[in-house]
Amino acid sequence: MRKFDTKVQHLKYKVLREVARQAWADRLLETALDIPKMIVPGKEPTMRCCVYKERAILGERVKLAMGGDKTNPNVIEVIDIACDECPVGGYEVTDACRGCLAHRCEDVCKRGAISFDRYQRAYIDKSKCVECGACAKVCPYGAIADRKRPCERSCKIKAISMKEDKTAFIDNSKCISCGACVYQCPFGAISDKSFILNVIDIIKKSENNTKYKVYAVIAPSISSQFQYAKLGQVISGIKALGFHTVVEAALGADMVAYEESRELVEKGFLTSSCCPAFVDYVKKQFPDLSQYISHNLSPAAVIAKYIKDTSKDAKVIFIGPCTAKKMEFQKEEVRPYIDSVITFEELQALFDSKDLEIMSMEEDVLDNASYYGRIFARSGGLSDAVAQALKEQGIDNFDLKAVPCDGIEACRVALLKASKRVLDGNFIEGMACTGGCIGGAGCLTHGEKNKAEVDKYGMQAYEKTIGSAISVLELNKPE
Amino acid sequence: MKIAICIGSSCHLKGSRQVVEELQYLVAQNNLKDKVELSGTFCMGNCQKGVCVTVDGKDFSLTPETTKEFFEKEVLAKV
Repeated sequence: MRKFDTKVQHLKYKVLREVARQAWADRLLETALDIPKMIVPGKEPTMRCCVYKERAILGERVKLAMGGDKTNPNVIEVIDIACDECPVGGYEVTDACRGCLAHRCEDVCKRGAISFDRYQRAYIDKSKCVECGACAKVCPYGAIADRKRPCERSCKIKAISMKEDKTAFIDNSKCISCGACVYQCPFGAISDKSFILNVIDIIKKSENNTKYKVYAVIAPSISSQFQYAKLGQVISGIKALGFHTVVEAALGADMVAYEESRELVEKGFLTSSCCPAFVDYVKKQFPDLSQYISHNLSPAAVIAKYIKDTSKDAKVIFIGPCTAKKMEFQKEEVRPYIDSVITFEELQALFDSKDLEIMSMEEDVLDNASYYGRIFARSGGLSDAVAQALKEQGIDNFDLKAVPCDGIEACRVALLKASKRVLDGNFIEGMACTGGCIGGAGCLTHGEKNKAEVDKYGMQAYEKTIGSAISVLELNKPE
Repeated sequence: MKIAICIGSSCHLKGSRQVVEELQYLVAQNNLKDKVELSGTFCMGNCQKGVCVTVDGKDFSLTPETTKEFFEKEVLAKV
């Protein structure tokens, strides 16, 4: 029964759970300062040099759990005192170099940066090295190590640098809030701000959904999460938290697939708009291409809009794998529809803050979307859905050439080609996370089987076509 | 007359799409488009009794098979 990939996630979770517990009991104002000591009692350190530093860092985590620095617009923040100021050497030859004769490292280096001392041991000239990593790949002893900081290495858009005091620094003008660094920092020194207090407040003030109704819109990547329980039990758990009902964001994806396919045919070239980190990336790094970003809102926002259009007294909370969604819902065009966003990590903390044992709950149901809406959660799914949408609408005079990109590096390559008009394709499916949303930073676990889980969940959908899934939504459309 | 049909997960699995399609068909057949407004909504909180339908706020429990009878009794006769 593994809940998280790493101990860093577990620590963050303990803080979130405790903050939530206090908030449900209306005690947070009095107890917030005591939470670090609740989590690390006693005098012996368990993670850092001393309990005092541990508690000081936990104090910062409590702040993040309570919404973080309000003056910083980014939802991703560095906890300065938690940053271990890792070395920044880049590629270095380690003691494992045996001074061999083959010198594959030298042969492969296009910059001539590798030389040898009198014992034939390799040496890298940093003034020539471009950190390509080719030497490390060919060394038969694995003697060349990449000493780049994990945060900087994880940030493919190079938004992270080092401040003078050696702590990590995020350039907000570049950052797309994908959360890759949050998941990768081994010290948990970069974290996403939490809106759990907003969510708890919204649930409480609804007075059991009598003042207004609280809807959870849940991302299809849920199918690869909470593996220790059944999906139906997770739905029961969400309702037990005080939500009126749970609706699939995948139904929004079905709607988007139809709209986007038509927009593609009209414009001839398009990029997807589902992934808020990708959209932000295009706007920041390829402003000339931003005119080609699909004008559709994201699936979550589309279904949230539908809920609000049809039920006047609704509040909508999006629950998903994504930290960038925490930026998206604050945008002017999305704010009216989505009231708050939490991640799967935070959902787990909320369950446990109320001691909900979801494994022993009855199984509820979740079924609104088609197979195609559901597979948006993994790379390639959106492209498949657009192809299906074209087919279902009988549009056969358009030759779809989709380019599914997962991970911001793949997105960058496709966008670069598109900007030079040499891309072999007319539709870029852009997902900032590797594997698509199932690789999101707010997931509890990331695993090989996640894609298969999403596909399985897709196959279980009651509706087999996009058209049949969205047909009921036509009811509320003005004629 | 306002008819709301639940399209939440539970009712969806019990056939709310078929109920919607049947009602749309019957409304069109009887030329009632101006008098009857059909709408969808997520979950009426009465999942055991699905497919949940309300007519001007009054609750009904339907299945695709009982939709026609419901329409004749509760809609056609009263509109």
